[in-house]
Amino acid sequence: MRFRSFFGAAVFALAFVPAVSAHDYSKGKMVVDHPWARATIGTARPGVVYLALINEGKVADKLLSAATPVAARVEIHRSFMEGNVMRMAPVDGVEVAAGRTVEFAPGGLHLMLMGLNKELAAGDRVSLTLVFEKAGRIQAKVTVMPMGAGAHGGGMKH
Amino acid sequence: MNLRKVLIFAIAALAAVLLAFALVKGVRLFTGTTSAPGGAVVATAGAAIGGPLTLTDSGGKRVTDADFRGRYVLIYFGYTFCPDVCPTELQAMGRALDLLGPAGEKIVPVFISVDPARDTPETLGKYVRAFHPRMIGLSGSDDDIARAAKAFRVYYRLGRPSAPGAKDYLVDHTSFIYLMGPDGKLAVLLRGGAGAEAIAQGIRSVLP
Repeated sequence: MRFRSFFGAAVFALAFVPAVSAHDYSKGKMVVDHPWARATIGTARPGVVYLALINEGKVADKLLSAATPVAARVEIHRSFMEGNVMRMAPVDGVEVAAGRTVEFAPGGLHLMLMGLNKELAAGDRVSLTLVFEKAGRIQAKVTVMPMGAGAHGGGMKH
Repeated sequence: MNLRKVLIFAIAALAAVLLAFALVKGVRLFTGTTSAPGGAVVATAGAAIGGPLTLTDSGGKRVTDADFRGRYVLIYFGYTFCPDVCPTELQAMGRALDLLGPAGEKIVPVFISVDPARDTPETLGKYVRAFHPRMIGLSGSDDDIARAAKAFRVYYRLGRPSAPGAKDYLVDHTSFIYLMGPDGKLAVLLRGGAGAEAIAQGIRSVLP
């Protein structure tokens, strides 16, 4: 094999590495790490997406909104305890400070997929677009895990 | 009066009181609330929680607390529209039972809905089995649920839908896991969010 074509082939192959590394998506200094969802039964109930936002830059950024073709709208929510009562409230944007990671994990921040038009089946890879104030739009693929799956990727923090 | 004798007596008396106090406290620590890793245990036997309930299972059968006599029952109150906390707790409960091995096989996991308008007995069956093959889902009329919630001191409040008539309201609710003993009384009360290992540890600490 001639060097030129081997080198060319290698560069060509490397171009696909981001696409096949499969679990994190980045733009500029913002990384969306390991987005995952729980499977649903049908479309009557909302979907949930968890992930980590990693700001590798020197300037704070903010997640403003998200969208997906499989749901009418995506809302950012936070579960929190008020005394002994578990509550959930929409959140108007999530800041990620410079050099910090913000986890969206069970019991805390999460994305709610409202008005599903398609059941989320375990094994599916669902498109999700996240819109950041500075980084702009980041396209990610969310891995759908079985309903009974425990925390994926980053895991539950205690 | 010999001051030295009085002093020795006073110190001895004080020491005795302190020792007695420490013993009582110590015994309470051993037989009362043991701390599981992550501290899941909130209260043990004796708390006035639990009582008569009549609900409907996913086969349409009426189930009462009497049907559970003689079994350990692990109960969570929640609703299926909740995408985050309830699946997380049910998954942890299922996993905790698996971690307990043969002891876990004797425990009946139960999910009681605080949202009977959306969670009909029929829809609950498939939902709960995603978390554990033996999990039972119970629902009923608004009245059935209110009575069960009262017996278990469960607070729940339906929120507002996004538009009048929309079925997308959220529900605030207390988040505890109740282990009821074969006598129908509370064996241990565990707080939500503690994770499967802490739940298993809390259950193990009260199983015979």
